[in-house]
Amino acid sequence: MRMRDAGPALLAPGLLFAGLGFAALLAPFMTLAANRIVAGEGVAVWRVADPVVTLPGIVALAAGLGLGLLTAWPRVRIAGAAMGLAGLVWLLSQGATVLLDGAGQYARVSPGAGFWCLLVILALLLADALSQLSPGPLARALLLAAVVGTLALLLQSGALSQLSVMREYASRQDAFGDASLRHLGLAFGSLAVAAAIGLPLGVLCHRRETLRRALLPVLSFLQTIPSLAMFGIMIPLLGWVADTVPGAQSVGIAGIGFAPAFLALVLYSLLPVVANMLAGLQSAPPAVIEAARGMGMTDRQRLFRVELPLGLSVILAGVRIVLVQNIGLAVIAGLIGGGGFGTFVFQGLNQTATDLILLGALPTVALALSAAIVMDILVELTRPIPERTP
Amino acid sequence: MIEIDKISKLYDGVAAVDAVSMIVETATITVIVGTSGSGKTTLLRMINRLIEPSSGEVRINGEPTGTLPKHVLRRRIGYAIQGHGLFPHHTVARNIGAVPELLRWPPEKIRARVDELLDLFSMEPAQFRDRFPGELSGGQQQRVGVARALASRPDLLLMDEPFGALDPIIRARAQQDLRRIQRALGSTIMLVTHDIEEAIHLGDRVAVMDEGRLVQHGTPAEIIRQPATEFVAEMVGGVDRPLRLLSLVPVSEIVVDGPAEGEPLDADTNLRDALSTCLWSGRDALPVVRDGVPLGRVTLDAIRARAEGPR
Ligand SMILES: Nc1ncnc2c1ncn2[C@@H]1O[C@H](COP(=O)(O)OP(=O)(O)O)[C@@H](O)[C@H]1O
Ligand SMILES: [Mg+2]
Repeated sequence: MRMRDAGPALLAPGLLFAGLGFAALLAPFMTLAANRIVAGEGVAVWRVADPVVTLPGIVALAAGLGLGLLTAWPRVRIAGAAMGLAGLVWLLSQGATVLLDGAGQYARVSPGAGFWCLLVILALLLADALSQLSPGPLARALLLAAVVGTLALLLQSGALSQLSVMREYASRQDAFGDASLRHLGLAFGSLAVAAAIGLPLGVLCHRRETLRRALLPVLSFLQTIPSLAMFGIMIPLLGWVADTVPGAQSVGIAGIGFAPAFLALVLYSLLPVVANMLAGLQSAPPAVIEAARGMGMTDRQRLFRVELPLGLSVILAGVRIVLVQNIGLAVIAGLIGGGGFGTFVFQGLNQTATDLILLGALPTVALALSAAIVMDILVELTRPIPERTP
Repeated sequence: MIEIDKISKLYDGVAAVDAVSMIVETATITVIVGTSGSGKTTLLRMINRLIEPSSGEVRINGEPTGTLPKHVLRRRIGYAIQGHGLFPHHTVARNIGAVPELLRWPPEKIRARVDELLDLFSMEPAQFRDRFPGELSGGQQQRVGVARALASRPDLLLMDEPFGALDPIIRARAQQDLRRIQRALGSTIMLVTHDIEEAIHLGDRVAVMDEGRLVQHGTPAEIIRQPATEFVAEMVGGVDRPLRLLSLVPVSEIVVDGPAEGEPLDADTNLRDALSTCLWSGRDALPVVRDGVPLGRVTLDAIRARAEGPR
């Protein structure tokens, strides 16, 4: 018996991607502006360069979207998505050079709405086709490495260096390096501190019902404070600490800057860390716990030999939530002088320089996506019962 | 020898177990039977101190259990429960070797013991050692659970409805295995069940509990022939009592000289099955053999005489 009719299988989601993709081809593909501040003029994809140049790109895009319709052949769909993405990059890099030619010293070109839509559609198409193959953890890790490698090569090659966002980068390479380190420090550092506090707290909550009842509502409350408000509250709070506690200033505590941003991120992280630690420890079946106690394991032995191994994937799922959340939230640190990619986002907002905003936003998104994929792989690898057939 | 001395457990002033005393002889099976909520599990878990008694004392070979740290005591007492509680992330070998591992036996000794137990439970070591519990049938999981409880040669094995989750055929086989292994190893076992059939079948002694109190403690035959209370009488079942009595006696006990026609019975067959064969084949006497050698015959009249209650 056939599981699905050919009709609906062809319809979704390949047809959706194709439909949206062809519509996006009509939207402005790139924008050309007189300088980095003013809004640019949209340029259609067939006008970014000579037809000799644009035609192969457009054909690659259209063919890629078309191959995406072949639901029965995921590998062909993947090849199609890759071809479409190559066409997209080709059009962008060629278009940037051509459009800037003779457009004046301060002129800027940027990807337009059409480009971004096509990028998202092709990425979704790629993800959809990949999920059909349900690749194992190793394959997914290799795939991520391949994508990151390609992206790095592309940026290194200079093919995109004419784009406005890359020009913004070129004029602040050192600041970008600092911001990257600072952003990673904020996201991973706050995760490490939250784990150092939250994991033992999770164990204590697991053992003592009274502590659990007292602590979890407090952590839930912290989680409901809006993020901007949380960062705002930290300013007077740490300012007061810096002024009153002797020696606080000399270890870098101040009302604005890294310390309040870091603290806010730690507070946000505590609930997911503690709650997932608790859920992980409680995921062992009651009969297993009864057996562990009955055979003479001490509390400690039961924790390390039974509860932790059986709950590890749930605990890591909590770490994943926190990591992805903190990579995103760390952007707000830019607002209170905490550094990170947020610095560019808020500078860009002040100057109405869209491409400077992108210089902060794009790496943040890439980082969060990569972290999510890596953590998903780890969660899968730590599932307690190895999948084997007898 | 296990001595249980006036042991009680109160929950909010209500006794779940009420001053129970009994003695369990070494190398015997004592089955604790009673309806749900009668305090069987509470009694059993007070012996390895998963529950602290409100009052009273348990002594194992004269030594009060309260003097040892709990985890040390528990490593000396095997514990098998309904739903087996195997560690799903450990192999069969690691599950069975769990207590020896806690006791820091050398690895070779643990390996040898694991293989010995797998053999004893009719599970080919090479085939099963490295499997995970999820890769076993329900009956195999249960056997591994009991093997784990026996691994360190404990002074006492506690079992709480160990066969409760098995279907009837596998359950009968598990009961036979337990009997055989207990005889072979000389283990001392206390087993909890709500199934009187299982109690009569497995127990050297049966302890009947009702509302936290021990109402009768004796051999299966005593319990059936002279129930101490109305409750026990009801438990051993009015109409089935003669048949239950017969199921306790092998034909070898009432075999007499003389001829009989037809298919012979083995000497270890119980009288209930012998009666069944008489009725089914319409015979008044059956030949009895042991290992193929004729021993004599068993008559319907002799069977009937053993089924009579006190007049
Ligand atoms: N932790 C507890 N708190 C309060 N009452 C309990 C607790 N554990 C058991 N009981 C009560 O003690 C009685 C005996 O329970 P249990 O020993 O589990 O019975 P059984 O194993 O014979 O079914 C029941 O009435 C039960 O409700
Ligand atoms: Mg019970």
